[in-house]
Amino acid sequence: MNVSDTVHYVFLAAAACFVIGLHLMNHPRTARRGNTLSAGAMTVAIAATVWLVADEGTISRAGWFVLASGGLVGAALGLYAAREVRMTAMPQLVSLFNAVGGGAAALIAVNDLLRIENAGARVSLPGALDIVIGAVTFSGSLVAAGKLQGLVSGAPVVFPGARSLNVLLPVSFVAGSVWLVLAPDSRTALYGLVAVALLFGVTLVLPIGGADMPVVIALLNAFTGSAVAMAGFVLNETALIVAGMLVSSSGGILTKLMADAMNRSIAGIMVGGFGTGDSAPAAAGSGAPARVRPVSADDVAVQLAYASKVVFVPGYGLAAAQAQHELGDLAKLLTDHGIDVSYAVHPVAGRMPGHMNVLLAEANVPYTQLKEMDEINPEFPQADVALVIGANDVTNPIARRPGNAISGMPILDVDKARSVVVIKRSMGHGYAGVDNELYTDPKTGMFFTDAKKGLSELKAAVSEFVG
Amino acid sequence: MNDLDLLTAITVFVLSVLVGIEVISKVPATLHTPLMSGSNSVHGIVVIGAMLIAAESDTWLGYGLAFVAMVFGATNVVGGYVVTDRMLEMFKAKPPTGKEVRPS
Repeated sequence: MNVSDTVHYVFLAAAACFVIGLHLMNHPRTARRGNTLSAGAMTVAIAATVWLVADEGTISRAGWFVLASGGLVGAALGLYAAREVRMTAMPQLVSLFNAVGGGAAALIAVNDLLRIENAGARVSLPGALDIVIGAVTFSGSLVAAGKLQGLVSGAPVVFPGARSLNVLLPVSFVAGSVWLVLAPDSRTALYGLVAVALLFGVTLVLPIGGADMPVVIALLNAFTGSAVAMAGFVLNETALIVAGMLVSSSGGILTKLMADAMNRSIAGIMVGGFGTGDSAPAAAGSGAPARVRPVSADDVAVQLAYASKVVFVPGYGLAAAQAQHELGDLAKLLTDHGIDVSYAVHPVAGRMPGHMNVLLAEANVPYTQLKEMDEINPEFPQADVALVIGANDVTNPIARRPGNAISGMPILDVDKARSVVVIKRSMGHGYAGVDNELYTDPKTGMFFTDAKKGLSELKAAVSEFVG
Repeated sequence: MNDLDLLTAITVFVLSVLVGIEVISKVPATLHTPLMSGSNSVHGIVVIGAMLIAAESDTWLGYGLAFVAMVFGATNVVGGYVVTDRMLEMFKAKPPTGKEVRPS
């Protein structure tokens, strides 16, 4: 058996380990082992590739230098970013990794098309697809990361002519791809396609609002996977096809889950988000403004201290205020006192799928207390207090009625708890721009304060009662 | 490259999609962020492609493209696995505290 065959068996084993590694991610207890297995497989596959490259012996000295220096620089950058990132900034980092993955895939296709003369459709077709998907992902992910980081406005950015540009650009890269497939040697077609795809990535993500970011990140992850699979077709490497499509289908499923959790179609999100004015906010209830009942920290603390079951409903407001540790501390105080505590986590809480769970895990919340929507909803009627922190649209009972911007969106049944406390800075609207009926419910108390400050006050007040 | 290669490649492509769907749909929402980050590192396998083009480059443009692709791919692999591990470390099972009934 020659080296090339051996290396391909190693790739096959690595692909199997990726599948098993992802499979182990279905339980918090085994997930870390799964990641380690996957990382080990990747290391072996990379080592095998070095062996293959050395064995073929066609690599130049400059090629070795490029391989080693590029690898070291990239590894150092990745290591630094991964170690330093704050958990609230995780979505930006994942978005950046999507960008570089897609960028690398596109560069591979560009390189191959530049190098091979008279490439057949077997290379030029996946090559063109790779360039389009990879370049769109690269620039799109950079814009998404910029939005999440606050460098680019998180609000939907719509400039005059944006819609027509978003029709024109896909048409031109379909044309460019066909041109490139027919004339793989044309440099104009190649560079033109790269430029158009990069531009399209920007105009695609700019108009999407911050609330839709979980969906966008999942979708870009799926794109990167497909770009890598296309690079696999270009290079005729099945390992890239397998790994790329595994990621692509996982990204696809998460995209669908996120979109369903918001009751929005993926197409609807890509065309433009909440707050662009095209989904008209429901007319606010007519007549006098409804009354809300403000409460103080002491009022809430009494309720919490004498409850037997408390459900916390964390939303992005909690993450933005970096108050997950204060919430964890308060919860611990209550559990230590024998009170049943759980967290109701809506699928789109946070800025990427499952982000809230990571933030709570960081605050040492036992994952057994984290309940998903379907699991916690039947428990709300038994809850003495539901404490909502920075979640708005996902708790709004009007979603159950037709005729408004969030109709049909699955929500947490917070209004069914015996009493409700909402920590919020003001009566401001959520992303959907509609009034939340929960706030005017007679059993709801509004605790107007910053999440971090409010939770610290609650903790102090509760410890007076239980201490 | 003959047609059989293409057919094999497409077979692998389709089966990978199905395996991906089957494996991923069982992951609970709690782990969706680590899952996405973990699958992010899997697509870092693109670094192997970058290594192969680095091995075949023979022009300055080729070397330049290969270098950038290497940097991107290596960032993706190393960063992806390290950050996923960091997240999953936080999901360690913690012993439940204070399950005793509160004295009334």
